[in-house]
Amino acid sequence: MDQTNELLVDKRTLLLQDHSVRRKVKDRLFLGTVIFFSLITISFVFLIIGSCVLKGYHQINWAFFTQSAPDTFTAMMAKSSGQIIPGGIVNGILGSLYLVALASLIAIPFGVLIGIYLYENSKNRYAGFIRDITDVLQGVPSIVVGLIVYLWVVVHITHGYSVLAGSVALALMMLPLIIRSTEESMKMIPDSLKEAAIALGTPYYKVIFRVLIPTSFSGLMTGILLAISRILGETAPLMLTTLGNPAINWSLTKPVSAVPLLVWQFYNDPNMVDLIWSSTLFLMGFVLILNLLSKWITARRNA
Amino acid sequence: MMNDINGTDQPPILSIENLSIAYDKDKFVVKNVSATITKNAITAIMGPSGCGKTTLLRAINRMHELYPNISTQGGIKLFDENIYDMSTITLRRKVGMVFQRPNPFPTLSIYENVIAGYKLNGIRLKRHERDEIVETSLRDVTLWEEVKGALHKKGTFLSGGQQQRLCIARALAFKPDVILLDEPTSALDPVATAKVEDLLVELKKQYTIILVTHNMSQAARISDNSMFMYLGELIEYEDTKTIFTKPKDPRTEGYLTGKFG
Repeated sequence: MDQTNELLVDKRTLLLQDHSVRRKVKDRLFLGTVIFFSLITISFVFLIIGSCVLKGYHQINWAFFTQSAPDTFTAMMAKSSGQIIPGGIVNGILGSLYLVALASLIAIPFGVLIGIYLYENSKNRYAGFIRDITDVLQGVPSIVVGLIVYLWVVVHITHGYSVLAGSVALALMMLPLIIRSTEESMKMIPDSLKEAAIALGTPYYKVIFRVLIPTSFSGLMTGILLAISRILGETAPLMLTTLGNPAINWSLTKPVSAVPLLVWQFYNDPNMVDLIWSSTLFLMGFVLILNLLSKWITARRNA
Repeated sequence: MMNDINGTDQPPILSIENLSIAYDKDKFVVKNVSATITKNAITAIMGPSGCGKTTLLRAINRMHELYPNISTQGGIKLFDENIYDMSTITLRRKVGMVFQRPNPFPTLSIYENVIAGYKLNGIRLKRHERDEIVETSLRDVTLWEEVKGALHKKGTFLSGGQQQRLCIARALAFKPDVILLDEPTSALDPVATAKVEDLLVELKKQYTIILVTHNMSQAARISDNSMFMYLGELIEYEDTKTIFTKPKDPRTEGYLTGKFG
């Protein structure tokens, strides 16, 4: 009786040991796989940045930030004599900044207010409807946004490709991002803080503007920066709304250039190919800085 | 039924008259409560979870109206003025509130937190007025000596007990008539709790205090009058000594002796 018992116990410990060894092997195997795939994923990011730097750096100089893009003939002459293409993309840089600034001006107030509305009335049926529509808007292909804005603004308001049309298209793309990020960052505020303000007799609108918005400011900023970096690279809607412009333009009703539009134009012109890479490098750098900035803001909030 | 406290000759500052509150239709959480609150005294509201004590407290500065679908019957009078006829803004300046968890505004400094009520309401003050309000309020909550060198640091750097006293100072800054406290020490350690309790005893000289508490011994230690609520009803309202030594209702006795709760 005793012997069989001992035998059983022995067998069980053996089994358990066997299991723990197998578990360790499985664990290692899984960890290895995860690390392998994650390395593949991030290596693409480094490959993209690396090839932009390698192919684009020699075009980056002072003129790149201060002059407009040259015409095809000048570029061809420079290339055939072994020089870099003269000129730069200042019309695209300024155009992009102009478009993004105007789009932000339209989208941020609307987006933040709608986001606060959704947060304040989270269980309301109308709010649920708005939330669903926001998700739909986020899923609308950018070329469709471009087409619609072409119909609304280009055809009926500015009667031609314009800064206004481009900004409206970009603002439409920013809106859902800002609405949802506002709502999410408002949700992080503890209710007790709102109650504290209300218990001091603070009127409702002041609770929003003096307590909720300042408290969630870093969250709002993060959302806005990410939305901006998202629309900075949009090309399709701009093709249908602002078209492009070889010169710098500040008029709301005239076409303007943008960096992604220039990349597309350079792509279609065999003499300009070198400028593609430097423009891409600029765009990547800009987006990267915005992303790092938003990460930094988030980290500071959590500290 | 009016529950009058005998033996005190202070005039009533607040009277609750047949107050009933329902969250949903016919689901009453406070049932026909009437009581008069004595001035310059600490009134404790006790009772098991879900007895309606917090709702009753929040009804006094109409914070309960934040909940959706709330319906209120009966009335509350502050100095013979019906609070449901006052604007919530005026009412909440006269009736301050301190919450369960310390909730200083994280974006504001200690100094700004104390005068947050003025700032948020857009009341402009001269610099010396502001300084005076901040200093007296912080002295009233015995926080002044601890923070006077760090007034412009964020309030969230303080310890839990200090934060709670800062929140009391924020409520005091308006010189309210009544201060409502909703389990103000339940998130604090015993030392910080003792400090807040001493502070409340000191504050009742100037203010009328209503305190919701889960902690019977706290009610026994510092309150002058006690209410016992059960399932939305006000079962017993007496001066604290009587309610703890000679409870009239068997339910009160059962709760106080720990038979349920």
